[in-house]
Amino acid sequence: MSESKKRPPTKMVPVQTHAIVPERDANKSPILECYHLGIDFGGLTAVNDFNLIIGRTEIAGLIGPNGAGKTTIFNLLTKVYQPTRGSILLDGRDTSKMSTAQVSRMGIGRTFQNIRLFKEMSVVDNVLVGLHHEMDYRLPSAILRLPDYWRGERIAHERALELLSIFDMQDLAETKAGSLPYGAQRRLEIVRALATNPSLLLLDEPAAGMNPSETSELMDNIVKIRDLFQIAIMLIEHDMNLVMGICEGICVLNFGEVIAKGSPDEIKQNSVVIEAYLGKKDGKNDAKEAR
Amino acid sequence: MEFLSYLISGVSLGSVYAIIALGYTMVYGIAKMLNFAHGDVIMVGGYISFCGFAYLGLNGWLALLLAMCVCTVLGIVIEGLAYRPLRQATSLAVLITAIGVSYLLQNTALLTWGATPKVYSPLIPLTNAAGEPNALKLGELSISYISLLTMAACIVIMVGLTLFTSRSKMGKAMRACSEDKDAARLMGINVNTTISVTFAIGSALAAVAGVLLCSFNPTLMPTTGSMPGIRAFTAAVFGGIGSIPGAFLGGLLIGVIEAMAKAYISTQLANSVVFAVLIVVLLVRPAGLLGKYVPEKV
Repeated sequence: MSESKKRPPTKMVPVQTHAIVPERDANKSPILECYHLGIDFGGLTAVNDFNLIIGRTEIAGLIGPNGAGKTTIFNLLTKVYQPTRGSILLDGRDTSKMSTAQVSRMGIGRTFQNIRLFKEMSVVDNVLVGLHHEMDYRLPSAILRLPDYWRGERIAHERALELLSIFDMQDLAETKAGSLPYGAQRRLEIVRALATNPSLLLLDEPAAGMNPSETSELMDNIVKIRDLFQIAIMLIEHDMNLVMGICEGICVLNFGEVIAKGSPDEIKQNSVVIEAYLGKKDGKNDAKEAR
Repeated sequence: MEFLSYLISGVSLGSVYAIIALGYTMVYGIAKMLNFAHGDVIMVGGYISFCGFAYLGLNGWLALLLAMCVCTVLGIVIEGLAYRPLRQATSLAVLITAIGVSYLLQNTALLTWGATPKVYSPLIPLTNAAGEPNALKLGELSISYISLLTMAACIVIMVGLTLFTSRSKMGKAMRACSEDKDAARLMGINVNTTISVTFAIGSALAAVAGVLLCSFNPTLMPTTGSMPGIRAFTAAVFGGIGSIPGAFLGGLLIGVIEAMAKAYISTQLANSVVFAVLIVVLLVRPAGLLGKYVPEKV
């Protein structure tokens, strides 16, 4: 990444025990708190004792080698999986009794590692599905085409185009989502997640398959989304330029456990992280044995 | 002229098949299951409307409305009790359950209403008070009002459903669930409610089909629904299962082929001809006429 684009590091301050959030979020209650979160699949412990606090407007990174449990954490947060242990507080509210649809309505938006758009639907319809629960007309008005149906539909349609314009996609509104080029599909998935009006946006490998210039544009867009919507964003990513470039707090996962947390500079110098990624210095042991 | 009147009887029979096929195709499209009890919901619709006018003294249209309400509730109850607990089970388990529900409905009807066929009085009587056929006369051609009503109902339902799925909020939720249930949940859509609504719509349509079917063929038995149910399922596959226009086209074609086979080949062979055509079409277009063939990636 060029020097000119380098962003100033965010000052991180400690909150509660062993957690940090950006200084600007320190006085506000955190958007997400995980305490001793864990899940077992049969006898296999996929995630164990996961603790994390994310500030209101923080861009947080979740990194780790393949199979470390990063996507599992996203699935736990969105209640695709029910945790075996521990608790998740979203905006201070316990989500343990909630379904995926309920946490979505409470404010978690998400994209997938492998793109999962509604491919047979148009671009704008994909976004409209995300705006689904914001349209407050009732079924009878929809059947009878009462004025509040038209009003609700018009407002939703305008809102959808507005969201698409963040990524300059408003001209593609009527295109079938499945026929968009790869990069545009990834962007549409982010727009669709934003349509659910999240206060926490989870991005699962947003830069996967992108070239360096697309990645750099994506980085600008992620920061832009945070600034525009004042929401927290948590992302899983393997592209270290992206993670070190925009994430304020980083959490490193290995074999389902947190091995390090901190600001980008702290993570870069953390010996346990370097070991997990590159193996021990003498090069004889792999990461697993080193742990 | 003979040909035209066979064609019209084929189209009106086909319209009934199309209405039933819409129920199969919507449920398959959204819940990805074959609801083999659908044909028996038609029979229940027939019996309820029969009870409506025979015992409660309602007129035919109110009886139809009553049948639609009862079948809607029945559809939601069947889905909730029999299919929802199996949402994560293999499709074979769900299929067997559907066949079980089908027998349950047939035998409950047998216990309740007995095996003796009931004589159904059609929604629009076939003959008027003077004994002349109740029909629209166009020169030598006469089209019974019940045929006209059936064709009109089919077109209205087809257009209504297309608008509903493409325009309304619930319709969009249905299309979203049909493509990717997990992604739909993350959009805040309640997948279970969406599937319930699908069953409700399908079952209400089955009630309409039941009344129309019994109006053509005024004997009502506990097995009345099963053969039309299977033909309509064929129609849905023929047109491309999961596709609403496909169900419409498939229903009409099956109706016309059946009528033509009865008229020009043999009444006994009509079913064989229908299924032979189905086999040929599926050999050429495995996903049905309007279905989309998605090759599996390996």
